Amino acid sequence: MSAAVDEAKAAGKRIKLEEMYLNMGPQHPSTHGVLRLGILLEGEVIIDTIPDLGYLHRGTEKIAEDRDYMQIIHLTDRMDYLAAMNNNTGYVMVVEKLLEQEVPERAEYIRVIMQELNRVASHLLFFGTYGVDMGAVTPFLYGFRERELVLDLFEMVCGARMTHSYMRIGGVAEDLPSGFAEECKDFIDYFLPVVDEYDELLTYNPIFMDRTIGIGALSKDAAIAYGVTGPMLRASGVPYDLRKDEPYSVYDKFEFDVPTGENGDCFDRYFVRIQEMRESCKIVSQALDMLPPGKHQAKTSRIIKPPPGEAYLEVENPRGQLGYYLVSEGEPMPYRLHIRPPSFVNLQVLPDLLKGLKIGDVIAVLGSTDIVLGEVDR
Amino acid sequence: MISEELVNALIENPAVSREEVEDVYRDSEFPVLMVEADAVGAVSEFLRDTEGYEFDFLKNLTAVDFEGHMHVVYHLYSTSLRHKIMLKVQVGREQPVVPSVEPVWRGADWQEREVFDLFGIEFAGHPDPRRIMLPEDWQGHPLRKDYVHEPDHYD
Repeated sequence: MSAAVDEAKAAGKRIKLEEMYLNMGPQHPSTHGVLRLGILLEGEVIIDTIPDLGYLHRGTEKIAEDRDYMQIIHLTDRMDYLAAMNNNTGYVMVVEKLLEQEVPERAEYIRVIMQELNRVASHLLFFGTYGVDMGAVTPFLYGFRERELVLDLFEMVCGARMTHSYMRIGGVAEDLPSGFAEECKDFIDYFLPVVDEYDELLTYNPIFMDRTIGIGALSKDAAIAYGVTGPMLRASGVPYDLRKDEPYSVYDKFEFDVPTGENGDCFDRYFVRIQEMRESCKIVSQALDMLPPGKHQAKTSRIIKPPPGEAYLEVENPRGQLGYYLVSEGEPMPYRLHIRPPSFVNLQVLPDLLKGLKIGDVIAVLGSTDIVLGEVDR
Repeated sequence: MISEELVNALIENPAVSREEVEDVYRDSEFPVLMVEADAVGAVSEFLRDTEGYEFDFLKNLTAVDFEGHMHVVYHLYSTSLRHKIMLKVQVGREQPVVPSVEPVWRGADWQEREVFDLFGIEFAGHPDPRRIMLPEDWQGHPLRKDYVHEPDHYD
């Protein structure tokens, strides 16, 4: 850009170059929430990006200090609202860790099934919205058609499509209804070939590949230095997945692969998520086959009062590793609950990734980080 | 699990000590070390660069407000050696300052801004020390236990 300007100046033409500040405001269809980006441009080339957060800050951590342990489950639904089952599970697991509470095996299997189905639903939404961001409107409808089937399964189980509040301290709220296992198996049988359809629809589309391959590459060292987790980290070549490396719940009983990318560009991040959908389906089938009989919730005291102490626990969310840090003073309400959101930490890399790219690549890179502002801001 | 020898070698540094615990549940995966505020930068670099420790991944950085003092809490992980450790730094409530670990782990950037925003703990040497969640003209630090909200033009 500047070379062209220098050439023009050398040829005697009068030309002026100014830095432009472009506001990608909090209301924007492609920021996946209320995120404000201040972009400094020189022509079409991005010099710097200044994210402005906090539009969805609801003070969840402060509210949690004034609610009892059961009420906070409903708060955790609403942070990353696309992965409510995973959020719930992380929270009840950290409380169970402090309480040293046992969870019946059936409940653990049900938790895994719900978490993996939620992973599929979340990645389907990513697939649909990423296509729409790139200008391909059709995949959106396909992705959401399948997502409706998953949300129907959730509605069967807990009555809600999005803010489930299904997990309880010691298990799950209710046992699986009759007919759930068959419907779930039907969904998995239907869904696996459909993912191949998605490959034909979007993945190998030349325009999509042009817009994502080689764009926004995040190196392995930078990803680790930034503390990036989840599909973003795995796309950069680091095979760190909590379900495999530090298995929690009953994840060590299932066989599945952890898809990793090579270059860490937008296409790798997208492709890792498509592969993860296939792996999640594998886990759900195995879990349904191995589902043991038993109770769905352990007996806990009426008022949950963990002994004084603290605990930190992370779970593998569709977006990365969600961490809960709980400090208890022996009261029915926590003294401090901190939520370490994967989207918040992952979003930090955005200014670095966007330096030197063109304005049209902002959407491609931002979409590939798959953030949810409810989690970034809490 | 980080070995006891490695933890004991760290405690030889006068600025580092094991946290005093009495009948308190301890997260066995994360041995807890108290670090003096001034030594945070040096200890962090040591933990990241020394062979045998190799803590290259900052999992979590946050703060807790107690009566009379505050703790800044760091959860660290090593992707190569797969062990974990937790650091705690105690600061007072008036003018708390801690050296920033952003030069060591870049992921501390926004997490330190969040701690500054909600607790008022300043991080010396941070490249961009401004509020992150709340508007720039907000008064006070909401996650402190003594925060009282005065109705303002946002209400």
